[in-house]
Amino acid sequence: MRRRLLKFLLCIFLSSGVPAWAALDAKLLQQLAADASDEKIAAINKLAQTGDADGQGQTRREVLRVLKALSEDALYVADGKIVLVDGKRVIDAASGEEINPAPTERDSIDINNRVRRELASALASLRLFSPERETRFAAAQELLDHVDAEMAPLLVRALATEADPQIKQLLTLADAQLGLKNSDPTARLAAVKTLAGSSNPSVKRLLVPLLDKNVESDERVRLEAQSSLKAIDARLAFADKLSRIFSGLSLGSILLLAALGLAITYGVMGVINMAHGELLMVGAYSTFVTQTLFRTYFPGALDWYVAAAIPLAFFAAALVGILMERTVIRWLYGRPLETLLATWGLSLVLIQAARSIFGAQNVEVANPAWMSGGIELFANVTLPLNRIVIIGFSLCVLFLVWILMNRTRLGMFVRAVTQNRSMAGCVGVPTGRIDTLAFGLGAGIAGLGGVALSQIANVGPDMGQGYIVDSFMVVVLGGVGQLAGAVWAALGLGVASKFLEGWLGAVIAKILVLVFIIIFIQKRPQGLFALKGRFAES
Amino acid sequence: MRIPFIVRFLKATPRKGWIALGVFAIVALVLLPALHLFTAKDSALHVSDYVITVGGKIMCYAIVAVAMDLIWGYTGILSLGHGVFFALGGYAFGMYLMRAIGHDGVYQSDLPDFMVFLDWKAYPWYWSGTGHLLWALLLVLVIPALLAFIFGFFAFRSRIKGVYFSIITQAMTYAFMLLFFRNETGFGGNNGFTDFKRILGYGITTPGMRVALFALSAALLMFTLLLGRYLVTSKLGRVLAAIRDAESRVMFLGYNPLWYKLFVWTLSAMLCALAGALYVPQVGIINPGEMSPANSIEIAIWAAVGGRGTLIGPVLGAFLVNLAKSWFTVAFPEYWLFFLGLLFILVTLFLPQGMVGLWRKLRGREHGA
Repeated sequence: MRRRLLKFLLCIFLSSGVPAWAALDAKLLQQLAADASDEKIAAINKLAQTGDADGQGQTRREVLRVLKALSEDALYVADGKIVLVDGKRVIDAASGEEINPAPTERDSIDINNRVRRELASALASLRLFSPERETRFAAAQELLDHVDAEMAPLLVRALATEADPQIKQLLTLADAQLGLKNSDPTARLAAVKTLAGSSNPSVKRLLVPLLDKNVESDERVRLEAQSSLKAIDARLAFADKLSRIFSGLSLGSILLLAALGLAITYGVMGVINMAHGELLMVGAYSTFVTQTLFRTYFPGALDWYVAAAIPLAFFAAALVGILMERTVIRWLYGRPLETLLATWGLSLVLIQAARSIFGAQNVEVANPAWMSGGIELFANVTLPLNRIVIIGFSLCVLFLVWILMNRTRLGMFVRAVTQNRSMAGCVGVPTGRIDTLAFGLGAGIAGLGGVALSQIANVGPDMGQGYIVDSFMVVVLGGVGQLAGAVWAALGLGVASKFLEGWLGAVIAKILVLVFIIIFIQKRPQGLFALKGRFAES
Repeated sequence: MRIPFIVRFLKATPRKGWIALGVFAIVALVLLPALHLFTAKDSALHVSDYVITVGGKIMCYAIVAVAMDLIWGYTGILSLGHGVFFALGGYAFGMYLMRAIGHDGVYQSDLPDFMVFLDWKAYPWYWSGTGHLLWALLLVLVIPALLAFIFGFFAFRSRIKGVYFSIITQAMTYAFMLLFFRNETGFGGNNGFTDFKRILGYGITTPGMRVALFALSAALLMFTLLLGRYLVTSKLGRVLAAIRDAESRVMFLGYNPLWYKLFVWTLSAMLCALAGALYVPQVGIINPGEMSPANSIEIAIWAAVGGRGTLIGPVLGAFLVNLAKSWFTVAFPEYWLFFLGLLFILVTLFLPQGMVGLWRKLRGREHGA
């Protein structure tokens, strides 16, 4: 104690020589380290006032920083100065400058519960009236999580001045939570009514006890609580549905990328490429290689490696596809079952090649910064950004493929060969070259799918194995050679399987989807969208 | 004049075939078992446990390959899901084997260890009666046959064929694999059935039991070959080949391909199931991995390597591919997939008729039985 007092005096002595550049009043700061709690509280309130008075500026931030440090036990007295300790750095609280070298000795400033409460409300008020929206929003959210009766006047003040509707809603909810504890039944009733507007699962916890007669004596409040709970449940269920639809769409967009290529090659050549999933893998590994190259040579632009990976993956997969077509598939025309076996062999070779080159373990592909994080819709629903980007990406790919198929000469040739190979050949379509190009295109699209997949799933040699059945199902469901069919089938399958998963578990959902497709083919072997025209069964 | 069945059966296989079968029967039923049982372990003539087990296992594979050939080589329907029938047969017999363990499991309970582990108190209903060998054998035949019949009926009725059918069979085996991976399905989940102890009270690892299973596999293989031979030379076999070559034309001639296809499809499934039931006690384990799509596709390559549309071809193919696998996975485990993949590619590209076709070409005979 005595030592502290000595130091205290010493600092007053020293600080008297300090010029007036200090952003904060050093005397007030020193008072924070006073022994008496009353003095501390007085200092806190004065500091808060100076912060409040300074509408926009530096002082408010400084005060906030100091008080926050105090509440987190990161404020110390060292060499007679009040210092902030941030990891290894020691910062002078008054000037905001780092003290170098850091003082070896320092004493912590202890605060008791009374001070802590005062500090919390001072902090909350500083933050709630901060000119920065982000700060206010975070403060309001924190308030909602644990609101205290002592904050009531503060809340009322904040509600009166707050202009942002989102923050205002949070504050209203916090206020209503306080209202639940009010002894006046009308106030409680109003609070319960307000809480019906919440979509926060934690609010339910507050309302459920109100249904009990022993807790809540007023009949009207009990009834109102019940209907409020219902409203919250409905909103939560809606949010849950929304998130299911979203993950279904996300799965569907991956399926779409996988199936688009297959739809083209199957449509043109009537053969199933069992190595299609491995083309996804080629795309994913191309992404990995691009990432490694960027890390080594352009670490500054690392965030944009995905953009560079897109063309690379497309051409790598397209090259592999064209090689496959030229060396194997071309020689098996008219023998679709053997093509199945040969392409299966190709997939085994590709898997083993990936294992030999990159190792059997999964490799790490990181989301770039702009793709991580998410958008929070409700308290319990967050949409990950990477999935949103992927949905957008697959729509772009779909659009480009649509343009290519319907607005270019190549697309016209591809459609002609799909409809009637020999007739197309008769009118001069170079069917052999179209086959190669279409196969390359299909493979390239699978490569793009691999880029997308690398952002949300593991990248390993076996990653493509599961996709062939799924993407074939999409092609079958949609109808061969139909872009629109593939889109509806992919999104429908994605959403349906996510909903089934929620009810019955992943395995049963998968089995049900397979059974459904088997039954579906019974009824409509031509798929959802049949090609119009005449077809002779070969 | 109607020729008696037995005469037709005997005549279906040419003399050379009978001689070959006779030689095979002597070697597999008499010579190898005797050399395993009655020679000293260090004798030069001794046939080791390893040879008997691997031999029995590969003969089971050969049966599956012949069954696959009946449906693919002769009827032109490529199934990529035959592994499911094989595994179902194995699981059905495995239920008997699990019950025969009795109280010798780790937990010494009435129930198999995996059920104790799941905290189950009683057998699920579908396990009832599996303690009896005959009932288990009936299940081995009936369950896969039922599945094949129902699946085949719906698939063939709506004339799903070609790659559609192949992929759907693959989806089927995939779905079954997922189903059997679940612990709640009641078949041991991931680990499946293992640690078998005895059949009919005889220890499963005794030399006598090993030889008996080996001989049974050989007998079933010979039966399958004779049956296949009889089928493909009968009128039914000709309709099957006609379906393979021009299904529409067969329909125009007034046949309904549905029942022909369904018959051979179900028969093929039952043969696979029997092979599976013999396979499980010899390798000592059955797990859902047997139902993986990759396993089923491998069956097709056995038939393709040996030669589709012949009966001896698939047997040769099954032996060669599996011996190669045994050797590769020990000598160069990392190259096995390269080898298998290249085998798929090269055989389909350059040996569409398999080794039998190659041999015939070398002998300058384009035709023949």
